[in-house]
Amino acid sequence: MFDSLQDQLQEVFDDLKGKGRLTEDDIRVAMRRVRMALLEADVSFKVVKSFVAKASARCMEADVLDSLTPAQNVIKVVLDELTSLLGETDARLNLQQGKHPNIIMLVGLQGSGKTTAAAKLAYLLKGEGHNPLLVACDVYRPAAADQLQTLGGEIGVRVYRGEGKDPVKIAKDGMQYAIDNLCDVAIVDTAGRLHVDEEMMAEAESIKAAVDPDEVLMVVDAMTGQDVVNVVETFSARVDFDGVIMSKMDGDARGGGALSIREATGKPIKFISSGEKPSSLEVFHPDRMARRILGMGDVVSLIESAVKVQQQEEEAEATERLRRMDLNLNDFLDMNRQIRKMGGVGKLISALPGGDKMMSQGQVDAHALDRMEVIINSMTKQEREKPDLINGSRRARIAAGAGVTVTAVNQLLKQYSETRKQVKKMMAAYGDFDERPGRKGRPKKGGKKGKKGGSRGRRMAMPGMGGMSLADLKKIQEMME
Amino acid sequence: MGLFSRFTEGLTRTREAFREDVNLLLNRSPEVDEDFWDGLEEALIVSDMGGYSAATIVDKLRNEATRKGLRNARDVLNALNDQIAAEFVEGGDEILGGEGSIVLFVGVNGSGKTTTTGKIAKQAKDAGRTVILGCGDTFRAAAIEQLEVWAQRAGVEICARERGSDPASVCYETIERGEAIGADLVLIDTAGRLHTSADLMRELEKVVSVVRKRANLPVHLVLVIDATTGQNGLQQAREFNNALDLDGVIITKLDGTAKGGIAVAVAHYLKLPIVKLGVGEGLEDLKDFDAHEYAAGLLGDFGQE
Ligand SMILES: Nc1nc2c(ncn2[C@@H]2O[C@H](COP(=O)(O)OP(=O)(O)OP(=O)(O)O)[C@@H](O)[C@H]2O)c(=O)[nH]1
Ligand SMILES: [Mg+2]
Repeated sequence: MFDSLQDQLQEVFDDLKGKGRLTEDDIRVAMRRVRMALLEADVSFKVVKSFVAKASARCMEADVLDSLTPAQNVIKVVLDELTSLLGETDARLNLQQGKHPNIIMLVGLQGSGKTTAAAKLAYLLKGEGHNPLLVACDVYRPAAADQLQTLGGEIGVRVYRGEGKDPVKIAKDGMQYAIDNLCDVAIVDTAGRLHVDEEMMAEAESIKAAVDPDEVLMVVDAMTGQDVVNVVETFSARVDFDGVIMSKMDGDARGGGALSIREATGKPIKFISSGEKPSSLEVFHPDRMARRILGMGDVVSLIESAVKVQQQEEEAEATERLRRMDLNLNDFLDMNRQIRKMGGVGKLISALPGGDKMMSQGQVDAHALDRMEVIINSMTKQEREKPDLINGSRRARIAAGAGVTVTAVNQLLKQYSETRKQVKKMMAAYGDFDERPGRKGRPKKGGKKGKKGGSRGRRMAMPGMGGMSLADLKKIQEMME
Repeated sequence: MGLFSRFTEGLTRTREAFREDVNLLLNRSPEVDEDFWDGLEEALIVSDMGGYSAATIVDKLRNEATRKGLRNARDVLNALNDQIAAEFVEGGDEILGGEGSIVLFVGVNGSGKTTTTGKIAKQAKDAGRTVILGCGDTFRAAAIEQLEVWAQRAGVEICARERGSDPASVCYETIERGEAIGADLVLIDTAGRLHTSADLMRELEKVVSVVRKRANLPVHLVLVIDATTGQNGLQQAREFNNALDLDGVIITKLDGTAKGGIAVAVAHYLKLPIVKLGVGEGLEDLKDFDAHEYAAGLLGDFGQE
């Protein structure tokens, strides 16, 4: 009745191995299994449905790596999509410099791990040079304040317990206590509550209204099942938290709730908490979480190494062309894409000395590259690789395809050949490409992340652009005006 | 609030949400169509029964519906209720019922062990039994104070040592003290631990073996699982069962909207009876398990309408 997930997933790959390119059928079959994998990871039903639809559409248009089976290619797309969904927003704490105190409020279901998380957060902040205060606002669970006090004692952080049974008053008094004791961050631990408990949800709202926190964090147990959507939607509507701490990540729950939370509320996961030690609060990594949710460790490693090899090959090829001082139109496209990834020409130029001035004086056309791309896109593969082939009739065809005039195509080609000349000059000026001993004559593998390659200590290399520097890009940009 | 209204409130909330879903299905068409089956599969998945289980159950049910010529949704759902109820295992009465017993409550962090221990103490005390609580959680901050409050609320004796002491010896002393006062129910709370922590699981095995050696009464191991737990609940149950040879399971927090579908998988695979349900944070928020009612909580209870 309940087959093991591992077996099911294995089947995906057996089914599809060696079938060549992705077909709609391949995608459908693989996605059925992905759907099951996500459900077994506790991603909520509705989220699974929309995710699978989205990822399937992406598969249709995705580049396929020849070194992977079709199913692995599907998994690759799924993994990329998961990673990007999980990490779309900036997930830092909203602390304001100079504000006394910054206030962090923790909310969540019973037993989710708020008190432990509060102590861990305090420990983290203390380590960053803050002077945190823990405020114990759980007046319901027996010995909850004792627990916080003990934890505070262990990590050398002050704890405010207050008097009486009114958590709103305790929270407010706690803020005054923080001011009096020069604590720059106050962490308010609240009682666990069910999202359907009207009275308790109203209380959470009152606490929030009373202390006006800079950051409300919801603590969610990584083991939570399908109900997580109901829970976070209500908490989001009532206390509008800013982010999530996923707790109990040291277990083996796949934590699919993380994806559901993102999709249902748009709120980011900010931390993961894994263990009972105060130091076990870590910054959230979307890529790791994506892998965990998908739960296909072996396949994922395989995909990652295939991607790496592919990247290296592409970069090596580009570098090789540059080395031969032979820039083709595909390189133009690559550049454009790289530049766009970095935030567009505008951003790039602004980052250069004097770039801001150029930008503000309107000397830079931020869309020049985009227009180029349209034209290049309507060229054949052959034409891009050997632009010299492009004669008059080809130019007319390309212009028609791109919806521009032949003059525009001519202009592009002129820019291209000037750029090629310029690049040749630059390359000549650099001298031999690889200066490291023992590697003479071999093209260096692209300037990926500026770490590899011989440009170290000479110029900052551009990612994927084989040793080209920012300054060179500027020259190219100038030529295109 | 009385006992009855409390637990019905908890369970009905769960059930009503589901019933609404299913009512929608029922109203859509008197016939059992493709939408019905899809909707049913969704509802089962949403109850945390698991993707594979849901698919398998629906397949099985479709077969049955065809075989038996079930035409309307209500008959199908009744059949489903029976089918799910049949997954649950009978038994476990000896754990908390009548005869003398030593019970250890185990489970992952925050699942509701301490609260459940307190509620069961109260119920047994009210039933006229002599109860003693043992604080086997010598690890978590303020765990002892927490259980002390519950002992007070239930009006029963508690045996505890200071934090950091050896949990096995606390259990030993609890049993000794229980003997001295003639306790027929010894309830031992243990520290929450993830089943993935080999050290803590080993520690628990040691505690249990000490208890078994010293015990004058039958020893029972009960796993406490939070109803909001997803598919990992099965893994938890497996690991705890492998390490300790469990006797039963308690599902807590059924007063929320989580439906506790993972209990079906746990019962199915590990053949463990469910001995109680937790439906709130109060002393009285404890409910007896009934297979059909539980299945209805997942399915909507049409039989009663
Ligand atoms: N709503 C609801 N809350 C519950 C229920 N059972 C326990 N809780 C709450 O869940 C939280 C954790 O319960 P505990 O009894 O401390 O759980 P535990 O398993 O002993 O926790 P650790 O000892 O820390 O591992 C507390 O806030 C309880 O009040 C229940 O049935 N319903
Ligand atoms: Mg406890």
